[in-house]
Amino acid sequence: MKHRGFILLMVSLLLVAVVFGAKLKVAFVYVGPVGDAGWTYAHDMGRRHIEEVFGDQIETKFIESVPEGAESERVIRSLAAQGYDVIFTTSFGYMDATLNVAKQFPKTKFLHCSGYKTYTNMSAYFGRMYEPRYLSGLIAGVMTKSNKIGYVAAHPIPEVIRGINAFALGVKAVNPEAKVYVVWSNTWYDPATEKEAAISLLNAGCDVITQHQDSPAPQQAAQEYGAYSIGYNSDMSVFAPKAYLTAPVWNWGVYYEKVIREVLNGTWKSENFWGGMDTGVVDLGPMTDLVPAGTQNLVNAVKQAIIAKKFHPFTGPIYDQEGKLRIPAGEVASDEMLLSMDWFVDNVVGTIPK
Amino acid sequence: MLRLERRESTSKTFQIAISVLTVVLALVVVGILLYFFGVNPIEAYKEMFLWPFGNVYGFSDTLVKSIPITLAALGLIFPFQMRVWNIGAEGQFLMGAFGASLAALYIFPGLENRILMVLLVSMFGIIFGSLWAAIPGLMKAYLRADEIVSTIMLNYVALLWIDYLVYGPWKDPQGYNFPMTKFFPDAAWLPYFGQTQIHAGIIILPLAAFFAYYLTRLSPWGLKIKVIGDNEKTAWYAGINVNRELFVAMLLSGALAGLGGALHMMGAQHRLQHGFSAGYGYTAIIVAWLGKLNPWAVLIVGILFTGLLVGNEQLQIFFGIPISLIFVFQGVVLLGLLAGEILSRYRIKFARKGVGENA
Repeated sequence: MKHRGFILLMVSLLLVAVVFGAKLKVAFVYVGPVGDAGWTYAHDMGRRHIEEVFGDQIETKFIESVPEGAESERVIRSLAAQGYDVIFTTSFGYMDATLNVAKQFPKTKFLHCSGYKTYTNMSAYFGRMYEPRYLSGLIAGVMTKSNKIGYVAAHPIPEVIRGINAFALGVKAVNPEAKVYVVWSNTWYDPATEKEAAISLLNAGCDVITQHQDSPAPQQAAQEYGAYSIGYNSDMSVFAPKAYLTAPVWNWGVYYEKVIREVLNGTWKSENFWGGMDTGVVDLGPMTDLVPAGTQNLVNAVKQAIIAKKFHPFTGPIYDQEGKLRIPAGEVASDEMLLSMDWFVDNVVGTIPK
Repeated sequence: MLRLERRESTSKTFQIAISVLTVVLALVVVGILLYFFGVNPIEAYKEMFLWPFGNVYGFSDTLVKSIPITLAALGLIFPFQMRVWNIGAEGQFLMGAFGASLAALYIFPGLENRILMVLLVSMFGIIFGSLWAAIPGLMKAYLRADEIVSTIMLNYVALLWIDYLVYGPWKDPQGYNFPMTKFFPDAAWLPYFGQTQIHAGIIILPLAAFFAYYLTRLSPWGLKIKVIGDNEKTAWYAGINVNRELFVAMLLSGALAGLGGALHMMGAQHRLQHGFSAGYGYTAIIVAWLGKLNPWAVLIVGILFTGLLVGNEQLQIFFGIPISLIFVFQGVVLLGLLAGEILSRYRIKFARKGVGENA
């Protein structure tokens, strides 16, 4: 009798496989909870976007709050072994794990966000977030009265440092007197710590707060202290309507749609994608009415110049905190320099742990 | 009125029943929550068990994850048996991983003899794990400092120490300034079994269980710590140097957690990076209690409970269950164990008010 149950199970599994086999199975591995209103939320918006676009052609699943390192390797392998065709791994610390599993499952397509390793069936993808960061710096430079701008930053890695520098360069372009004060939280997502860090900056006299964090907690702190705030990842206006100015945002849906279309057409190839505002992957979210109309016009003009590749935020002369010339006049930072950045520009106050 | 009355003794069956009931209770509670999420709990649990125990990949990954958890849990048997609450297995695991990285990357990086390398790296894991446990051990033995607080605090110190290293002096120069060390040299990679991810570190599990069994059940030292656990004063009267044995128990505990750290580095992780531990040392506490501090039971429970955790991930993938439900599951298990601990030491009496008593 036991055998009959087993056979029934196998037949039903087979039926399931036939019914669903036609669908492309797409999985996402997230480092935070989907409800973080930040990084993971932005990726999940991308997932929902492709579900809408492709409807019955695909089936998507996600797994949230996956620790980095060997832990993530187990999760990624379980997805590959269970027949997922396309797997997006959306945190830097998943890079080695993704590569290991990619070698093990050559037919599965892997896409790793924010790293630098690729393989025949593994792409690296990311966005030039420094472009909208620069734009948000222009706004902060105009809005500050104390000339002190607070930046709550997660971890001292190149991605974050690059964003701080781009922001500070934007500030400097409109307000050479203003300084950007950096506090490290050592966490991507921890609302309580993020808020404390923001409050320490507000107490030090900062009147504009921005963040490289995944929760809207720094925005809320700014509103409580009557300061302005610039968000990150996605539109955070609902969390601090009286403080919120704008936010550099991710539109992952643009890239995810491109990838899935290529996979469905059979034209997908592993690549190293680093898209700017011209691709739509990164953008500056809508500016609220708190931003003066003249400033809005300036920001939009610079944005068009960046998109048309007439202007690069990292155009020399750029000096670091010690006064050393890092990028000579008229030159533009190379991608390699941007990807391994470990120094601050001269109007940033703060240190990078060495 | 409810009254707690101390039991003279507890039967083995009762002890096992409590562990089993606790897990069943947790499954029922989570099952009810699953039902409200619109998921059929039976379907969900089928997926949850089929992956870790019915699939080659699932099973091999479960075993790999169970190695550091089970080793730390086996180590916890010693202090727990004498009622010293070492909550610091996480920090001791991390320091073991640190010691292993120190040896593999900075002291013997050029060593090509794999056996010698693995032995040395393991030694360093053991040394740093036990050193980390020695601090609260000494503080407890000679300063009467509460070990629960000191061990928890040292977990954070260890975590921040590793972060300091991977963000600073130990950062891989070829790693685009990301917070990771270099990869371990080839000689410090444990071999795998066939095509699976199971690494040679698995061999240590039964050996460590036997080690714990021998020490606690067969050696005179085991008798000593049992006496201490039953009643510290009696132990002093019996001429047992409680302070010294306490210190030794902490050292052994840290040594096994640290060895787990070294094996995890050599077998699965291969480089230090920010946030690589998923709380193995904390899970070990639950495992040690579920196994009722019996080394062989801890060995089996270590693998089964890890399977449950790995299976939990399947719930997320298949049914879109939020991760918080998985924390609920672990929380209920811990609560059930604490409640069971009281039940196994006390019995509940329903005391009726006496006739002569006035309300």
